Amino acid sequence: MNTTFLEYVVFFVASLMMLGGAIGVILFKNPVHAALGLVLTLFGVAVQFVAQEAHFLAAVQVIVYAGAIVVLFLFVIMLLGVDRAVDLSIEPISIQRPLAAVMTVGLVGLVSAAVIKAGDAIGTLNPGLGLDVAGETTADGQNIVSNDGNIQQLARNLYNDHVLAFQLTSVLLIVAVVGTVLLTRKWPKQGAAT
Amino acid sequence: MADLVWLIPAFPLFGFLTLLLLGRRFSEPLAGYFATAMVFVSWIVAVAVYFDLVAKPEEERSVTVTLFSWLPVGDLQIDMAFLADPLSITMCLFVLGIGGLIHLFAVGYMHGDPKFSKFFLYLSLFIFSMTLLVLGENLLVTFLGWEGVGTCSYLLISFWHTRESAATAGKKAFITNRVGDFGVMLAMFLAFESVGSVSYSALNGSAVAGTLSAATASAIAMLLLLGATGKSAQLPLYVWLPDAMEGPTPVSALIHAATMVTSGVYLLTRVNPIIAESAAWAPTMIAWIGVGTALFAATIAVAQNDIKKVLAYSTVSQLGYMFLAVGTGAYVAAIFHMITHAFFKALLFLGSGSVIHGMHHHQDMRHFGGLRKLMPVTSATFIVGWLAIAGVPPFSGFWSKDEILAYAYDDSKALWAVGLVTAVLTAFYMSRQVFMTFFGRYRYADALPEELQLTWNNRVREAEARVVEAEAGLASVKDEAVSSADKVEKAQEKLAQRETEMDDVDPSDDKAVEKAAKNLDKAREAVVKAQESAQESVAAIRPLQDKVETIRTEASIISVEAINGMSDETVLNDEELPASVRERREFQPRESPWQMTVPLGLLAIAAIGAGGMNLPFTKDLHFLGKWLEPSLFHNEAHLKLSGTELWVLAIIAVTGGLIGISMAVRIYLHEKTERATVELPILADAWKYDSAVTNFMGGPGRKFFDLVSWFDRTIVDGAVNGTGRLVRSVGGELRAMQSGLVRSYAALIAVGAVALIAWFLVRTTF
Amino acid sequence: MAQTGSCDVIAAVEPTWYLIVSSLLFGIGAFGLLVRRNPLVMFMCIELMLNAANLTFVALATSLGDINGQTAVFFVMVVAAAEVVVGLGILVSILRRRPGATADDLAELKG
Repeated sequence: MNTTFLEYVVFFVASLMMLGGAIGVILFKNPVHAALGLVLTLFGVAVQFVAQEAHFLAAVQVIVYAGAIVVLFLFVIMLLGVDRAVDLSIEPISIQRPLAAVMTVGLVGLVSAAVIKAGDAIGTLNPGLGLDVAGETTADGQNIVSNDGNIQQLARNLYNDHVLAFQLTSVLLIVAVVGTVLLTRKWPKQGAAT
Repeated sequence: MADLVWLIPAFPLFGFLTLLLLGRRFSEPLAGYFATAMVFVSWIVAVAVYFDLVAKPEEERSVTVTLFSWLPVGDLQIDMAFLADPLSITMCLFVLGIGGLIHLFAVGYMHGDPKFSKFFLYLSLFIFSMTLLVLGENLLVTFLGWEGVGTCSYLLISFWHTRESAATAGKKAFITNRVGDFGVMLAMFLAFESVGSVSYSALNGSAVAGTLSAATASAIAMLLLLGATGKSAQLPLYVWLPDAMEGPTPVSALIHAATMVTSGVYLLTRVNPIIAESAAWAPTMIAWIGVGTALFAATIAVAQNDIKKVLAYSTVSQLGYMFLAVGTGAYVAAIFHMITHAFFKALLFLGSGSVIHGMHHHQDMRHFGGLRKLMPVTSATFIVGWLAIAGVPPFSGFWSKDEILAYAYDDSKALWAVGLVTAVLTAFYMSRQVFMTFFGRYRYADALPEELQLTWNNRVREAEARVVEAEAGLASVKDEAVSSADKVEKAQEKLAQRETEMDDVDPSDDKAVEKAAKNLDKAREAVVKAQESAQESVAAIRPLQDKVETIRTEASIISVEAINGMSDETVLNDEELPASVRERREFQPRESPWQMTVPLGLLAIAAIGAGGMNLPFTKDLHFLGKWLEPSLFHNEAHLKLSGTELWVLAIIAVTGGLIGISMAVRIYLHEKTERATVELPILADAWKYDSAVTNFMGGPGRKFFDLVSWFDRTIVDGAVNGTGRLVRSVGGELRAMQSGLVRSYAALIAVGAVALIAWFLVRTTF
Repeated sequence: MAQTGSCDVIAAVEPTWYLIVSSLLFGIGAFGLLVRRNPLVMFMCIELMLNAANLTFVALATSLGDINGQTAVFFVMVVAAAEVVVGLGILVSILRRRPGATADDLAELKG
């Protein structure tokens, strides 16, 4: 086994996981099953991230997406009691499914065609160059000494070039939380003390 | 001084506005005198402008006074401007002069009318519009006045609007004029399109310079001719003028004799360069329309019985002469005739108004007669007018009409012949009018046929009643005879009975014998008495029968008399005639007040002397011709006749006039020939022209209008509405997309996104 | 790391493949969004599409040698998280009133 072959196997398996999970999301009748399919997809994506040497993102993917968001989904499903299976065969808008199929095929086809056509411009995958090289110089000329060079580089980029956006995301998160709390709050009846 | 020409319309306008605001406060004669004063002041300004123009050298006799820029719209520049040149000032002089006299006349004529001040309000507006028309420097100012006089004509014709016929006549005048106005408007559009301006200086200038093509000139001339036929009552648009006599007589005199109806002739004279530039058939058409109308109207006037209708048709006929003059290029003759016609026609109309006023608003000439002694001033002035219009020298009408006929002869013998026939007819019907009204027996108190009929019917009825009564008496006497005969029989029976009793009585019984003898005697006496009375009654029958016979014969005589002697009222007694006849016998026509007779006198003087304006003997006496030259741009036709020919034509014309007069004398004065030979019913019916127009408009005309209306409703509106319906239906279809379903929106977004991606990728990548 | 001679049977993993796979994932997510009526499943399909985008970012970051791609993924994930919070809050407040509602029942925008 050499790395190329291993990469290939990893890619294939991860892709299977992703696509399989996706198909599961759209095909399962029970929303809970669909959530599980989603988890499978997210794991597949995480594996792809690792293969790309984007370790931090892989970790964040698992922790935030699979760990928090999907859990949130499941909480809501259980809270609302929509975990019953729905009948997938009925479709009120008759044109919807054929139209969606056509659009999807078209979209995928177009993008794929464009991507294949532009093949050389995309370059080749160079994991490690500038990302995780022990002892080798990085693109910006700094020595990365440890194996968590990815995090360092990411952090440097984030806090130097995009610090404003970073701060704004924190605002965004607070706003989102406050807003949601207000949205879902049950207001007391009139006459009662607020 | 000529710069003050704008004052000429200003005074009547001021009068109009004052009367509009304060008219109701003015007491009766004040409104009239105020309006008259305004017109006279305006006339004085016109006289002043005239003298100023006379003082100027000939080239400078065209003064334009611009008040303000009226319509500056891109390439179209129209100013409110007045043109004081010989033609317009001449028109102003006689319009305002005659207008003022007619205002004065109307003060007397409209006395007692509840809408007195409103009358003068309309008259002031009319004078204002007329001055605008005449003084206008461009077609649009003239058109403003043109429309204004049309409106005033409508207002004044239907002045007594509570009368149905008056209201209808007003509408008819306005609508018929509108058809003509359409022609003037098209002419203006065409003028602007070809020359770039509607100003007379530009139009006439381009025609004189030769830059106006013959086709355009002909088109403009024909369109203006259409307008002129409407306003000046020529064929085919003359129909409103006879009906316009529904208005008060001053209106008829002013508008429909002297001023408004001359506007058409004025307009054509004003644009004489354009007529000169147009194709040869255009003036010929004008001439033939004119002379044709003249003959047409003259034939109708022969059979009219309303004093004003005769004058109305006469006006149409004389206007035809003016058009004939314009068509043969004799513009001076046309204006000359216009002026003299204004004088004598106004005189005739005012005279007829005086007659109508004196005869308590009766207008049928068959009931006039012998008014010469009763209304001396009116009849004298009317006779002057009559001689003028009949073309008797030296009155003014002769000079002007003769000039027109001379130019007509020069142009085409056919035109001259028709004109001559019309002149004969003119003399005839005017003489007829004068004889029927002023000469002959005073027929006003004559009983009308209906009244005679009534009286004879009464007589016959009474006679028949007497017959019935007599017959009833006879019948009763006969009954009596029969009953007395019965009585005789009964008495005889009683006698026989008594005789038998006598025979049966016992001779020994004296008492019974006595009684029986007494009874017998009584019975005999009774028989004798009864027989006597029977004889009496029989004897009475005979004379009574005779009496009945006589009465019957009387009655039959009366009925025969009634049929034969219907028209003879001398047979009837005065008490038998109806009250209306007695009223009329007591009525005495009077002469009119001074406000009416003074204008008549002045106009008579003018009618006599106006001929001096343009005497044909030598060139030096052509005052009017020389004066009008600047306005005519040398378009006046040149008479190629020699002096001898002119004398011959004049003599022929005078002879024709005398023939007409003598024919009228024969029929109406001496009554040697039946009037029915001349007064044909078709003439009285105006050649059924009116009914033909009505039938056409109601029949095929209506169908055409319905078709146009259908087109407008179905196709034009249908297109507009159809567009709306189309938009709605498409909108309705598209509305289905707004289902509110998020997923279909998402699907549409997907469609859009894919389309965009496809477009971008195709553009950049492939 | 030395790249020893590989088994040349199979080609090396090209970034193109990643892009095609992620477009497939995106397509599947779009299809599911259009076809599923359950709001929560529709939300999950949105998450699929976001993940596809993330994968694309990372693949291109690796192939072009630029770290900004990964930063973008970071931000996408933060925003996705916030979006899920708010979206699920909305869904909860709607579905509380109308339990069992599907996407087709929420048709107030009907015109």
